Amino acid sequence: MALKKEDLPAFWKNYEASIKLGQPKTISYATFVVIDTETTGFDLKNDRILSIGALRLRNGEIKAKEAFEVFLKQSTFDARTVEIHGILKKGPRNRISEIAGMEKLLVFLKNSVIVAHHVGFDVGMVNQALRRNGLPKLMNPKLDTAILFNKSLPRTKRKTNGHYSLDALCEAFEIPKTDRHTALGDAYITAIAFLQILEKLKPASLEQLLKKDRFWEFWKPA
Amino acid sequence: MKNTISERVADFLKAYPPFSNLLKAQLEKLSQEVTIIYKEKDSFVFKVDESAHIQFYVVHKGAVALWNKEEKAVLDICDEGDIFGLRPLMANENYRLTAKSEEETILYAIPIEKFRPYIKENRRVADFLVESFASNTRNPYDKSNRGQLLGDSFQSKTGNSSPLLDLQLVEFSKNIESASEQTTIKTIAQRMTSKGIGAMLIEKEGLPQGILTDKDIRNKIATGDYSITAKAKNIMSSPVITYPPKLTITQAQMAMMKSNISHLVLTEDGTVNSKAVGILSKHDVMLSLGNNPAVLVKAIKRTNTVQEIKPLRNGVMNLLRGYLEQNIPMTLTSKIISELNDACIKKVVELSLAQMEEEPPVPFAWLAMGSQGRSEQLLHTDQDNALLFADVPKSKFEATRNYFLKLAQIITKSLNTIGYEYCPADMMASNPKWCNSLSGYQKMTTKWIVNPGPDEVLLSSIFFDYNRSYGDKILVSKLSQHIFNTVEEYPIFLTHLAAGALTNPSPTGFFRQFLVEQDGKHKDFFDLKLRALMPLVDAARVLILSRNVPDISNTWERYEKMAELEPNNKELFLACSYATKALLRFRTKQGLQNNDSGRYINLEQLNKEEKMKLKRTFKTIKEIQEVLNVRFMVSRIL
Repeated sequence: MALKKEDLPAFWKNYEASIKLGQPKTISYATFVVIDTETTGFDLKNDRILSIGALRLRNGEIKAKEAFEVFLKQSTFDARTVEIHGILKKGPRNRISEIAGMEKLLVFLKNSVIVAHHVGFDVGMVNQALRRNGLPKLMNPKLDTAILFNKSLPRTKRKTNGHYSLDALCEAFEIPKTDRHTALGDAYITAIAFLQILEKLKPASLEQLLKKDRFWEFWKPA
Repeated sequence: MKNTISERVADFLKAYPPFSNLLKAQLEKLSQEVTIIYKEKDSFVFKVDESAHIQFYVVHKGAVALWNKEEKAVLDICDEGDIFGLRPLMANENYRLTAKSEEETILYAIPIEKFRPYIKENRRVADFLVESFASNTRNPYDKSNRGQLLGDSFQSKTGNSSPLLDLQLVEFSKNIESASEQTTIKTIAQRMTSKGIGAMLIEKEGLPQGILTDKDIRNKIATGDYSITAKAKNIMSSPVITYPPKLTITQAQMAMMKSNISHLVLTEDGTVNSKAVGILSKHDVMLSLGNNPAVLVKAIKRTNTVQEIKPLRNGVMNLLRGYLEQNIPMTLTSKIISELNDACIKKVVELSLAQMEEEPPVPFAWLAMGSQGRSEQLLHTDQDNALLFADVPKSKFEATRNYFLKLAQIITKSLNTIGYEYCPADMMASNPKWCNSLSGYQKMTTKWIVNPGPDEVLLSSIFFDYNRSYGDKILVSKLSQHIFNTVEEYPIFLTHLAAGALTNPSPTGFFRQFLVEQDGKHKDFFDLKLRALMPLVDAARVLILSRNVPDISNTWERYEKMAELEPNNKELFLACSYATKALLRFRTKQGLQNNDSGRYINLEQLNKEEKMKLKRTFKTIKEIQEVLNVRFMVSRIL
């Protein structure tokens, strides 16, 4: 059940307030949060988030200390995806509740621009988690590295569906695949790919960059 | 808090010094403070005169070029694992260089305040930094660093004070003679006699039970206490004292003294419960002890035949290996080894003279040329030598030269016997060209100096490094004086010699990739002698000739003399002296490792530190070559 506006928790209200601040127009001053989720599966409705990794990117810099990494307790669990991300439902990591994870995430996100590979999926999963806890959807501007990558290629080489795996980006940018399939590891790879894509696109402003990304058009769940 | 990113950073850093010297927990903590920075191609990290950042940088991916003040010349290119921008932070000053990415680059920025504690705590970290600053300031002889850099700075493993013998492992006989407990004394004594050994190991089911020595037979059989038909079991010393096979000489001596025994049994794991691998006698220890310079020199002097010198030369090689492993300063190492080599050559000359039917008709001197003349020959390499004899009347010249040629043939053959390869270019005293009278050499060198072509320059570069190994001093100094006087008269010769020194381009300009051989047997190997050592050696020769300094033929001593003569260039000359020593140590180590001359280096086998050291010498080479170019106006003749 969605909470009434006045019943929304303080952390949500703070988040909403920060969103209103917006982001500077100059790319090098803007704050991006590169995010990746590991989930029990690919179904937005029935699957759950097991971990979220995120890092903050400003002026081409990432501070190791500011990396965000949470592991969530979930009752839904799909043994098949364990093979991919290696996260067991009761793994050794410190697990927190979904709502506690959402609070931490919103505090970390603030008014940043969210960047993810197939951002619709990660944001969609987060939105579902927010909804289960009575909260509204994320309000940050979003960028999809799959789409931006497609745009960075010469026209003749672009794919019409804009679908590229993160592995394809690793190969294109010669990024080593260490830590692939951990949330923060994938977020890091995405961040490095994002920086190299920016270098190719050379957008004049944040607004122009956001325009290049119409992600919903391309995101179709597998 | 530790996370995947900081773990990744730590994982990268741990492969590179100085971070490789940190403990795992320290590195994890430090990695959490790292900022990862992406730089597109040609973007600045910092510029000259900018005030120092709060952090220094490590290249994770890509490459960063360090430019000089005017941004006209690249001084260094840092690639994966290289540190830059640290010195200004330590010295509290502004950047002296500009750092700009050469390609897309990812940097790890490490806050200095988080790193400083490790510099104070960890000597190896501090040593590394001193070393790497030296590569920026080019002067490892800076007073404050003095002493730390003379040897290899990564020597804390063993400490400096350990006496030389402490680390020398014993050599023992691996052919063990053994018998069972039931063997009779008579049989054992017969076997000991036929094998010429002083002790027999008594084994049971393959494990050492006891030892039976000459002394046991004397004390227990000859005294009549036991019959000659007694079993080994009755008179052997048991249990045996066992040690692991990796025993140093000192440890072995101590063990023997402690138990008052003359034989140690070495077993696989050092206990009586493993198989014996060798027996070590007091005699073996005495022999190992003999591998010290003073004993070796004595032994060389006592030899009566050339064949006896050969094994002593092996002792010299063992000594050299030990010195290098212990990072004894190169100056000392080469002095000792050269002295021993000299002693060998002197002895060879003496023995050869004894073989001649007549006494030498006139005074003569035996000269070592090339690397041997410069006292820079540590490994066995080719023999380059010459014979100089006093002037005789024209009518007697042929007979005199024939006498000395005959002598030279005996000497070169003997040198070959003890391990010096014949010179493929036949620069040996057995060649009439290199067996000449004083005035003959004077004529020859005058010709070189007055009309220097490429051949003359090459010949001078080998001959002018001569050093007297045996014979008449006055003859040699007369020749030197002649050479210096002639050079002074024809200074253009120096320009040609300098041009010759510049023909081997320094390996710089290939910062990221060493200039490797393009084809032939050593394809893809780095030619350390041609690319790095020779340019320094050649430059030193020109400089010292130009300053009219006789009697110094060793390259680093030449540079040290130059530093004394030209205080304003002191820094560069000392850097050259240091680089020469570092390269020679490098070559010798490689040579010992691969059992060759050490000339060609397989770059893949080098670690980061070694590559850094090599790279640093390249900068020095480039600078000294620039000095030559300007000072001797080489462009005039090119």
